[in-house]
Amino acid sequence: MSSIKSGSPHFTPDLAVRNFAGGINCPNPFWLASAPPTNCGEQIMRAFDAGWGGAVWKTIGAPITNVSSRYSSIDWMGQRMMGFNNIELISDRPIETNLRELTEVKKRYPAHAVIASLMVESTREAWHDIVQRSEDAGADGLELNFGCPHGMSERGMGSAVGQVPEYAQMITEWVKEVARTPVLVKLTPNIADIRTVARAAKLGGADGLSAINTINSITGIDLDTLVPRPNVGGKSSHGGYCGPAVKPIALNMVQSVMADPASALPLSGIGGIATWSDAAEFILLGCGTVQVCTAAMHYGYRIVEDMADGLSNWMRGKGFRTLEDFRGLSVNRVTEWKHLNLNFKIVAQIDEQKCIGCDLCHIACWDGAHQCIHLDRVSGPVDGHVELHPIPTSHEAASHNRITVTSVTRRERTQGAGLHSPAHGPYPTPLARIPRVDQTECVGCNLCSCVCPVDNCITMVEVPTGLPPETWDERTRGANCATEPPIL
Amino acid sequence: MLTTVSSPFSEHPEIRQRFAELHPPLSAQAAVVESNRCLHCFDAPCMVACPTHIDVPGFIKRIASGNLRGSGRKILDANVLAGSCSRVCPVEVLCEGACVMHRYDRPPIQIAQLQRHAMDAFHASGEPLIPVPPPAIPLRVACVGSGPASLACAAELRRAGAQVTVIERRPLPGGLNTYGVAEYKLPTADSLREVELIRQTGVEFRLSEAIETTAQLEALEAEFDYVFLGVGLGAMQSLGIPGESESIQGGADHETHGILNALQLISAYKTGHITKMSGAVVVVGAGNTAIDAAVAARRLGADPVTMLYRRGPNDVSAFDFEFDHARREGISFLWHRLPVAIRKAQDGSLLLDIEAVQPIGNHPADNRKSDRFEPVPHSLFTMECRTVIPAIGQSPLTQLLAEFRHITVEQGRIAIERATGQTTHPRFFAGGDCANGGREVVDAIADGKRAAHGILAKFNSAAEVAHVKH
Repeated sequence: MSSIKSGSPHFTPDLAVRNFAGGINCPNPFWLASAPPTNCGEQIMRAFDAGWGGAVWKTIGAPITNVSSRYSSIDWMGQRMMGFNNIELISDRPIETNLRELTEVKKRYPAHAVIASLMVESTREAWHDIVQRSEDAGADGLELNFGCPHGMSERGMGSAVGQVPEYAQMITEWVKEVARTPVLVKLTPNIADIRTVARAAKLGGADGLSAINTINSITGIDLDTLVPRPNVGGKSSHGGYCGPAVKPIALNMVQSVMADPASALPLSGIGGIATWSDAAEFILLGCGTVQVCTAAMHYGYRIVEDMADGLSNWMRGKGFRTLEDFRGLSVNRVTEWKHLNLNFKIVAQIDEQKCIGCDLCHIACWDGAHQCIHLDRVSGPVDGHVELHPIPTSHEAASHNRITVTSVTRRERTQGAGLHSPAHGPYPTPLARIPRVDQTECVGCNLCSCVCPVDNCITMVEVPTGLPPETWDERTRGANCATEPPIL
Repeated sequence: MLTTVSSPFSEHPEIRQRFAELHPPLSAQAAVVESNRCLHCFDAPCMVACPTHIDVPGFIKRIASGNLRGSGRKILDANVLAGSCSRVCPVEVLCEGACVMHRYDRPPIQIAQLQRHAMDAFHASGEPLIPVPPPAIPLRVACVGSGPASLACAAELRRAGAQVTVIERRPLPGGLNTYGVAEYKLPTADSLREVELIRQTGVEFRLSEAIETTAQLEALEAEFDYVFLGVGLGAMQSLGIPGESESIQGGADHETHGILNALQLISAYKTGHITKMSGAVVVVGAGNTAIDAAVAARRLGADPVTMLYRRGPNDVSAFDFEFDHARREGISFLWHRLPVAIRKAQDGSLLLDIEAVQPIGNHPADNRKSDRFEPVPHSLFTMECRTVIPAIGQSPLTQLLAEFRHITVEQGRIAIERATGQTTHPRFFAGGDCANGGREVVDAIADGKRAAHGILAKFNSAAEVAHVKH
C-alpha cells in the first residue's frame, strides 16, 4: 500500500476538516452515514466519543413503519458481509424526537459535525418546514436524501427524485430558498449517468454532494425456500446494496463527478469505505469528507480508531500535513481510454525464490488469458516465434498416471520429492512446479499477478518498446492514421 | 447368509472410552473456513502425492461451495476407502506434506480432516457407493483377503459390472483396517461400515474361508476367471531367543501377560478380548505398528511401557508424528538394545535379558544399513516385566503363495507389474502388503485399483480377440 519512507518527517498530520461545503467544520473527515448507526442521539454521542468526526442523522421525515427482516448479505470465501443489502426505510421516530435529540448532541459536542438528512413529500411547504426546523434544532448542514432506492421511491421520494434531474433541481432550489446552513444533495447510483443529477443539484444551488447512495440489489435466493433474501414472510423486495463490494463502483462515480466541471462540488464520499486506505482513495479522488455505514454496522464505532490512526500514519509517510495536501491528486490520473499510451508495455516476471508452486498463474494464463505461462522449462519445437507447449490437461493426465507410493523409511523420505529434499534445486519449490513466462508472447494483461497468492511473487516489469508515447486518439486523429489497418 | 458384514461385531464400551479419538472431526463451519483456505492449485501437488490421486482441490472446493454430496462422490471416485484413509493416512508425508502452503509459511490445508468431513456426511446420508448399477459383464473375479487392496479392487471391478467375490479367512472383513489399526485412529465399527457399503454394491463376501490347500486353489481357479491376491503379510516374526516358547501368552478376565505380538495385541483389544493390562511392558521394535502396540498397552493400564530398538533414533521407520505421539503417551525408549533371552521369575513375571549392540559391516558407500549387529561387551542387564510384545516387522505369507505355480516371489513379496498388478501368472494379480512388502493403507488401495484396471484391460482385450474370431 503505502511505502513508508525512512527518515519521514516528524510531524503530526492535521486531520481536521475546515469550511467543508461552505461552512462545516469537524475534527476529522470520518462521518457516519445516514443509517441505523445514526438512529438516535445516544448512538451519535457514543460515536463521537469513539472518534468519529461527524454524523449524518438517520433520515428525518414523517415516521414510517418498517418490516422484518430488513437486511441480507453476501458472504465470500468464509468472510461475512462482503456486500450488504437493506430494505429499511427512513427514521421511524417522530420528527420532534429526532430534532430534540439533535439539539442535545450539538450542545454537548459543538466541535463535531451533525448533519440532518431530510426526506419529505415533494412540496415546497413541506421542505421549507423541515429545513427550518432542522436548522433551528442546531444542524450544521443538511443532506437531501434523493438516493434511497427502496420503499420511499415508491412514494415519490428518495431515488424517485434523484433519478429525475428536473425534480432534483427543483427541490434543491426550494431548500436553498430558506436554508442558512450548507446543503448537500445525496446522489443515487441507480441512474445511467450520475453526472446528470449532480449537474442539476449544482444548478439548483447545492453547496455540496454526497455519493453514492446504495445500489438496487437482490442479494440472493434461499435455495431451500426459493425466497430471495431478505425474507419478509415469504416475499422479498429489492434493496440497496453497500459494503466493500460497491467501493469500485463508488470510486468511479466519485471520479466522474469530480472530473466534470459542471458537476464538481465539495463531495462527501460514500460506498464501501471500511478502512483508512479506502478513505484515502476517496479523498485522492476529491472528497472532502467520507461517510461510513456497513463497516460500523459490522464491527461497531471502534473501527474509526484505526481509520484516523492509519490515515495519519500514511500522511506522515507521504509528507502530507493536511487533507487538502492530497485531496484530488488522483482525479486527473483517470482519463478516457483513448488517451492511454499504446506504446507502454509491461510483462510478467515470476520470482522463483518466492514461487510456492501453486501454478494458478499457468492455468489462468492458459484458460483466461493469452497462453504464455508454461510449465515446461525448455522451449518446445520452435516454428517462427510460435512455441509448441503441452496443454494444461496433458500435465494433469501425466500426474494422474503417475504411480506414487508412500515413503516408509526416513531414507525414502529424504530421497523422495519431499519438501526439503535436495531434488528441489536452488529454489524452495521444485523447479518443475515453477512456471515460466514467455515474455515475448506476454501481453502484460496483469491476470497472473492478480491470481498469484504470494505478495510480490509476480511483478509486472516495463519493457521499453523504443517507441514514443502514442494514444489511440492521436493515432486515429493525427498523421499516423494511415498506419492503422482498416477496420473491416 | 450374512445380513451385514458387521453382524458378529459389537463394540466394547470400555475400549471405546479408553481409545477416544485422537483427532476429533471438524465442525461444519470450521470445515468451510478451512476449505476456503485451499488455493485450488493447478495439477495440485497434494493430488500427485496421494497414491490414489484423489482430486483434493476438487473435493475441497465442493465443501466450500456447500456441495457436500459432490465432494464425497469426488473422493469416492478415486478411493472407495477414503473414510479410513482420512483417519489412518500419514498425511504429513503424503498430501498435506506436499501442500504448497508449507512454502508460504502457513500450515498446510487440513486435507485429512476435510476428507473425513465429506466422508462422514456421505456415510450419514445412507447413499449407496454406486448410484446406478452398471450393466453386468461376463467377468468373474475372486479377491483373496479382504483388506484395503482387495476391497479397492473389488469395488473398482463392480463399478465396471464384474461379478466379484471376496474371500476372507477371518470372521470379520476389512483386514488391517478392521484388525490392525489403532482404535484411536480408526474404530473397528467405522472400518466395517465402509466394507458394508462395498458389500451393498453386490460384492459377495465369503468370511471364515481360508485358501490353504492346492485343492482349494484349484477350486478357486475353476470358479473364477481371474484371482486378485490381497492376502497381506503373514504372522509377526518371533524374537527367536531362548525362553521365548516357554513364556507363552496367559491371562484371565480380559487381562493378558506373557508374550504376544503387536498385531495380536491390537486385534485382541479392538475386538474387546483384552480390556486391561498391568505392570511393566517391553515392546521390541520401533515401527509404526510397534508404536500403536506400545500406546495400546499404555492405555490398557501397563506402566511403564518401554520400547527397545537395535538401532538409534535416526534409523526408525516410524513416522515423526507417531514418535511425538508415543512420547506424549509417556512411552520411554531404549536405543541400540536387543533382547537375548527370556526367563521366568518365581512370581510369574518375565525377566528379559538385554544387551547393547552395535552394527557391523556398515556400507556408507551404497547408503545401506547393515542388518548385522554385535553385542557391546559387559552391557548385559535384565528388565523385569509382565509382558513382552515383539513388533519387529512382518514376514510374508510365502507358504501359501508357494503353492501357486508360476508366481514369482522375490524377497518375500509377490512380484507384480506395478502399473497393472499382474503377477507372473496370467490369471493372478496381486497388490497391497503381499506385493509391496508392507506399506500404507492408501498404497494398498492404489494397488487394488490398478490391478482392477489391469484385470479389466485383460478381459477387454480377450473379449476383443473372441469377437474377432467369431
